[in-house]
Amino acid sequence: MSNKPVTRRGVLKTGAVAGAGVALPTIFTASSAAAYTNEPTGGTVTLGFNVPQTGPYAEEGNDELLAQQLAVEHLNGEGDGGCLNTFTSKALKGNGILGKKVEFVTGDTQTKSDAARASAKSMIEKDGAIMINGGSSSGVAVAVQGLCQEAGVIFMAGLTHANDTTGKDKKANGFRHFFNAYMSGAALAPVLAKEMGTDRRAYHLTADYNWGWTQEESIVASTEAMGWETVNTVKTPLASTDFSSYIAPVLNSGADVLVLNHYGGNMVNSLTNAIQFGLLDKVVNGKDFKIVVPLYSELMAAGAGENIKGVLGSMNWNWQLQDEGTKAFVKSFGEKYGKPPSNSAQTCYAQVLLYADACERAGTFNPCGVVEALEGFEFDGLGNGPTLYRADDHQCFKDVLVVRGNMNPTNAYDTLEIVEITPRAQVEYAPDHPMFAGGDLGKCNPGA
Amino acid sequence: MLGLNKKDTSLLIIVALLTLLAPFILNPFPADSAMAQFNAGYPDLMQRFVIFGIFAIGFNILFGLTGYLSFGHAAFLGIGSYSAVWMFKLLSYNVIPAIALSIVIAGLFSLLIGYVSLRRSGIYFSILTLAFAQMSFALAYSVLSNPKFNLTNGETGLQVYADDPQIFHREGLPDLPHLFGLSMRSTYTLDVGAWSFDFNAGYYLCAVVMMIVFYLAIRIFRSPFGIMLRAVKSNQQRMNYTGLNSRPYTLAAFVISGMYAGLAGGLMAAMDPLAGAERMQWTASGEVVLMTILGGTGTLIGPVLGAGFIKYFENIFSKINDSVLHGWFAFLPDGMEDFVVAVLHPFVGKGWHLTLGILFMLVVIFLPGGLVEGGQRLINWIRGKRSGETDKPSGKTEPAE
Repeated sequence: MSNKPVTRRGVLKTGAVAGAGVALPTIFTASSAAAYTNEPTGGTVTLGFNVPQTGPYAEEGNDELLAQQLAVEHLNGEGDGGCLNTFTSKALKGNGILGKKVEFVTGDTQTKSDAARASAKSMIEKDGAIMINGGSSSGVAVAVQGLCQEAGVIFMAGLTHANDTTGKDKKANGFRHFFNAYMSGAALAPVLAKEMGTDRRAYHLTADYNWGWTQEESIVASTEAMGWETVNTVKTPLASTDFSSYIAPVLNSGADVLVLNHYGGNMVNSLTNAIQFGLLDKVVNGKDFKIVVPLYSELMAAGAGENIKGVLGSMNWNWQLQDEGTKAFVKSFGEKYGKPPSNSAQTCYAQVLLYADACERAGTFNPCGVVEALEGFEFDGLGNGPTLYRADDHQCFKDVLVVRGNMNPTNAYDTLEIVEITPRAQVEYAPDHPMFAGGDLGKCNPGA
Repeated sequence: MLGLNKKDTSLLIIVALLTLLAPFILNPFPADSAMAQFNAGYPDLMQRFVIFGIFAIGFNILFGLTGYLSFGHAAFLGIGSYSAVWMFKLLSYNVIPAIALSIVIAGLFSLLIGYVSLRRSGIYFSILTLAFAQMSFALAYSVLSNPKFNLTNGETGLQVYADDPQIFHREGLPDLPHLFGLSMRSTYTLDVGAWSFDFNAGYYLCAVVMMIVFYLAIRIFRSPFGIMLRAVKSNQQRMNYTGLNSRPYTLAAFVISGMYAGLAGGLMAAMDPLAGAERMQWTASGEVVLMTILGGTGTLIGPVLGAGFIKYFENIFSKINDSVLHGWFAFLPDGMEDFVVAVLHPFVGKGWHLTLGILFMLVVIFLPGGLVEGGQRLINWIRGKRSGETDKPSGKTEPAE
């Protein structure tokens, strides 16, 4: 610790330096010469992959990261090219994007809005990322999407299923490939009617946060439209690990279907509790008791093990599909990592290719050019069949899968079987549908 | 100067220089070099350093002086953020009313929580504050975010929408938090040769605020009020037996530190207009305890150092992934390279908690006074070496009489 005497002159000097420091940012507020945020100037372009690497969705995040790395390889012309060969748009040449080699940086969202924004910000401010891709939660997706809109970069959402992401929280710089809760409801309802009849009484257990509510709202609306009655909807705290106290009242409620609006570990636990209570062996109102899990994922299915046998749900994509895009992607993913990809991995892979392709077709990395190229873009060959990126809300419209827990799985990966591929027309809705109303895309923001 | 003695004045000047020159100090490596990975001089992280510095300084006024270990301070940080974002939604993006309201609201909440919690001391106090903080978290996460009465917007986080009233918002003002028109995001980048330095308006606002509250903290530490708080820490019972009611003092300290936390929360929202419930979770409360202990409990500069240390690990070490490691050790033969990467892998990237945990253990075991004690030992060692003195002040307590 210095013990220099403080002189009048010294104080004045320090004051002057401090004053200059404080004044500095007000002098230089003029923006720099770049036309948009993080305009790539060298021979490379940097993408930012923001996925949960720790926390409840870490497994899912790591799967997304693998898929994104694979996409970068394919863009740079390494490996077997994957979906580049099946993609209907032929703008991508396997020489990077617009001739620039693709590099990437990674960040950990921790499945927390704050942490996700911090890591996205650091990728934008420090590493010069031109776009942010990935994520495994709707809260995080909405938070990061807002940030990207403000910062002037493109956000390609990963797994996010709440209606709000392209509903009231939609942003011009954000794009969602994944399906949403409304689509789950629209796809599931006819299958439920066919398998269980139209006079069922449903009981909902819902994770008490934004995604849970929008999903509950969507499923209630579409099942009631076909004649079901909703006995009760109960919110469960997100942090619960034991749902016994919520399952017991189901038995006495007169309901004959239990809908679990839960995801990840929550779903694994609540389903296990429901099975332990023997719900599936009960006969209520003269019908067999059934359980429905509207949003499925391979990793959840693996976690729930035996318990998911026969349980219905919906998915964005599954590796067992037989189209060319799926086969190409599953082949390169499997050869590189020795396992089939999950549906969140497929979404992130497709999003990277879609972004790169939009840059090529626009001839620029400028977010406004990319937005224009993606809006109303029709494509096929990425695994989901013919797909449209709707201009009104930046939501992808494509077929939705209804799946069932496999009764006789032959290996660790075919835990789910595809019941029906719901055609796109059946899950479409108007951009001003009440469940999506209230938002405003705004204008694309190129930053700088 | 400013009513401080020489030692404190020079401490204040050092802190001022460190914060004002941070863009240079934190970016020591050229932007294109391999070491640029360790540069921390980008706006977001610099803002975090300073904001969590403020949070830890405030926490230290309570924990360092009175010894009351609050495990719920993140609640005040979150309340500050929510207040600030509500000001953005209702009035305008100007940061002044937002920060002012965040301090006031956090002060009110800490008065309430402090009044109840301070009836107990020790572990009971910690548990009470923890309970209150978890209650606040649950309220923000789900209870107060239902569609009918949406105060916090749940897990998505409270943010500003285009259709919010914003009654003082005019054309020409930035659509981001600003100080009378100066956007908090505006950054001037100075390129000097291979080096690049960012001067960010938001960072300098935080830095100025931190210097002010640091000065306030020094004054509190040196005031009769501060002495009284230390007395609470050393022996509260004896104080009570002399007929002195210590509760008003501890409550005042609790409210002051709550207001510091609210200020930090308000600044966080001012830098990035989104308030998430996670920042109220108990892990966030624990983090500030770690910061204070790591830096040096009861010292002035310690909490700031601790905050910087933890945030540096969280943001820099967590981003070192395997491909970066392979890049560094590419010069080694293949087998060796893979081996070295495999050994380092658990400590970087998502394993940054492990590295931080080990360092925390080392500090607590070998430097109970935190980083400040480490610095002092280092200085003493250098001084001792230079002058060859042996009669430097020893750690022994001298009898007063």
